[in-house]
Amino acid sequence: MEAVIAISMGVLFGSGIWLILRPRTFQVIVGLMLMSYAVNLFIFMVGRLWVDKAPLTLQAGTPQPGDYADPVSQALVLTAIVIGFATTALYLVIMIGARGLTGTDHVDGEETDE
Amino acid sequence: MNGLPWTQHLILLPILLPLLAGAALIPVNEARHGLKFAVNLVCNLILLACALTLFRFADGGHWPDGLGVYLAANWQAPFGIVLLVDRLSALLLLLTALLSLAVLVFSYRGWSRIGVHFHSLFLFLLTGINGAFLTNDLFNLFVFFEVMLAASYGLVLHGYNTTRIRAGMQYIAINLVASLLFLIGLALIYATTGTLNMADLGPRVAALAADDLALLQIGTVILALAFLTKGAMWPLGFWLPTTYAAASPPVAAMLVLMTKVGVYAIVRVWPLAFSAGPAAGFGLEALYWGGIATIVFGSLGILASEEAGRVAGYGAIISSGTLLAIVGFGGPALLGVGLYYLLGSTLAMAAFLLLVGLTERIRTPGAALLALTMEAFAIEEKPDEPVGVGIPAAMAFLGLAFAASALVITGMPPLSGFVAKFSLFHVLLSVDGPVPWTAWTLIVLILCAGLAAIISLMRFGVRTFWAAGAVQPPSLQLSEAAPISLLLGLCVAMTILAAPLLDYLQRTADMLAQPTRYVERVLGETAVPAPGSMR
Repeated sequence: MEAVIAISMGVLFGSGIWLILRPRTFQVIVGLMLMSYAVNLFIFMVGRLWVDKAPLTLQAGTPQPGDYADPVSQALVLTAIVIGFATTALYLVIMIGARGLTGTDHVDGEETDE
Repeated sequence: MNGLPWTQHLILLPILLPLLAGAALIPVNEARHGLKFAVNLVCNLILLACALTLFRFADGGHWPDGLGVYLAANWQAPFGIVLLVDRLSALLLLLTALLSLAVLVFSYRGWSRIGVHFHSLFLFLLTGINGAFLTNDLFNLFVFFEVMLAASYGLVLHGYNTTRIRAGMQYIAINLVASLLFLIGLALIYATTGTLNMADLGPRVAALAADDLALLQIGTVILALAFLTKGAMWPLGFWLPTTYAAASPPVAAMLVLMTKVGVYAIVRVWPLAFSAGPAAGFGLEALYWGGIATIVFGSLGILASEEAGRVAGYGAIISSGTLLAIVGFGGPALLGVGLYYLLGSTLAMAAFLLLVGLTERIRTPGAALLALTMEAFAIEEKPDEPVGVGIPAAMAFLGLAFAASALVITGMPPLSGFVAKFSLFHVLLSVDGPVPWTAWTLIVLILCAGLAAIISLMRFGVRTFWAAGAVQPPSLQLSEAAPISLLLGLCVAMTILAAPLLDYLQRTADMLAQPTRYVERVLGETAVPAPGSMR
């Protein structure tokens, strides 16, 4: 399972890096989103890989930490997803504004000579 | 509530007040500009008073070791988020409050009205900056960085035009990637140490096994990349000059402060994480060389720049590079002087950027272009009458203010820039035995950078103020002259009060060099017992 997760994160992040280096704003934003998926997965996996374990307990008494998944990384990834979503939406707005003002979707705001 | 003296809650005020005020201003119609400005101004004045109080608390023996600890939501460290005030954060809160007050008053006449929600964004920016200075939790630091950046994205685009959109797109894309790096670094640190509390980090790092330590070092380096992107270290700072030149002057002045937040984060995290154990002093050499490269890049850039905004941008890069090299060189004595340099250069650079906005006004349309063309074709034209006769008060003010800010930025006597550089050289040279060649390199580069800044600023000054025939007396409002006077007055005050200020900064740096005191105070702070449990 570790190998599958690691490879999928690597593929996501690698594709993201390639896309943010492309000249069109649409490619850049898709690249940013792929990278943020990879990072979110990474934060999630930092709490180790578990199967069928709850992140919290409602039982009385002293719980065994080994029976539960790490709740902190799940809380972190939730916050990171929300913030990433908001900033990506903001970038989208500016992308549309740039397209309207400059008339091109090139990241520099002007077409380079072919 | 009963168990906690009200003064402790002051620590929360610099975050909470601008956040609430900014949110409250969003539904208010833009037509009621006066009201929005008044709320923002009152908010800034309260923040200034609060910063002054915290400044006195941090140095006045109100708290043991000068460390004020606030357990958010009453969770004991390391389980909850801890806010922490020490001398360094109190000082930077004060700097933020003074700078934002000046910028706000400056923007009253025109800049705050050219777009929507200026005041809300401005207050959110203050929330983010103040929060970043106060928090003692790495993930919370990320959140405040994002608040600060999100507000700055809006502010950079304030007064929407093509230049700002182009610069803004690149600024935002780079910072989004930097935020992702921040998260990766954070995740690696949590994976190896199991904590995000900065004070808790140090002892855990010192106790790590070798392979975990390697992973942690990778994590902190990735984290540092995110900080250094904000701090504009070469080669991560190419976004900075374009953004400064494109942003409106008040926003650019606030951006100067934001680059310092990146440097602050390094100064805060590094001593806590890497002062003891096998990894002590990790990465400082890289920071030193990064700083050196940044100074060289900034000096070359400032020489090559024509436009005032870009000159200021490269000036900020030089100042960042100097600070990073100082931090990398190490030693509390040098860091204390480095903080003095940070204060002076931030104030002067902000004043310069505000001035740039005003000098645009004295050029008649086309005059700038004409001056360039004349130089390009080497046309020598003698002015009909001697320049300087009958300069109106506004011109005299602009000229004097320009000269003063240039003196601080370049480090010429008699203002604070000179005191900072002189003290730097003094500390670098006063060592037992031979002076290391790294110290000589730093001294030579700082001097060369100063020379480059002098050349560039003189060129700008001559073209702007002595451009014969093209000078038109600008109409200068009091609300525009007063903030610049305030910022430059602070530089003068820093020069006069250099001795007590340097003493304070020395205490700040000494405290930063003793992370065990932080750990004791933060982890030792007990939660307030709930009212029901007090029997």
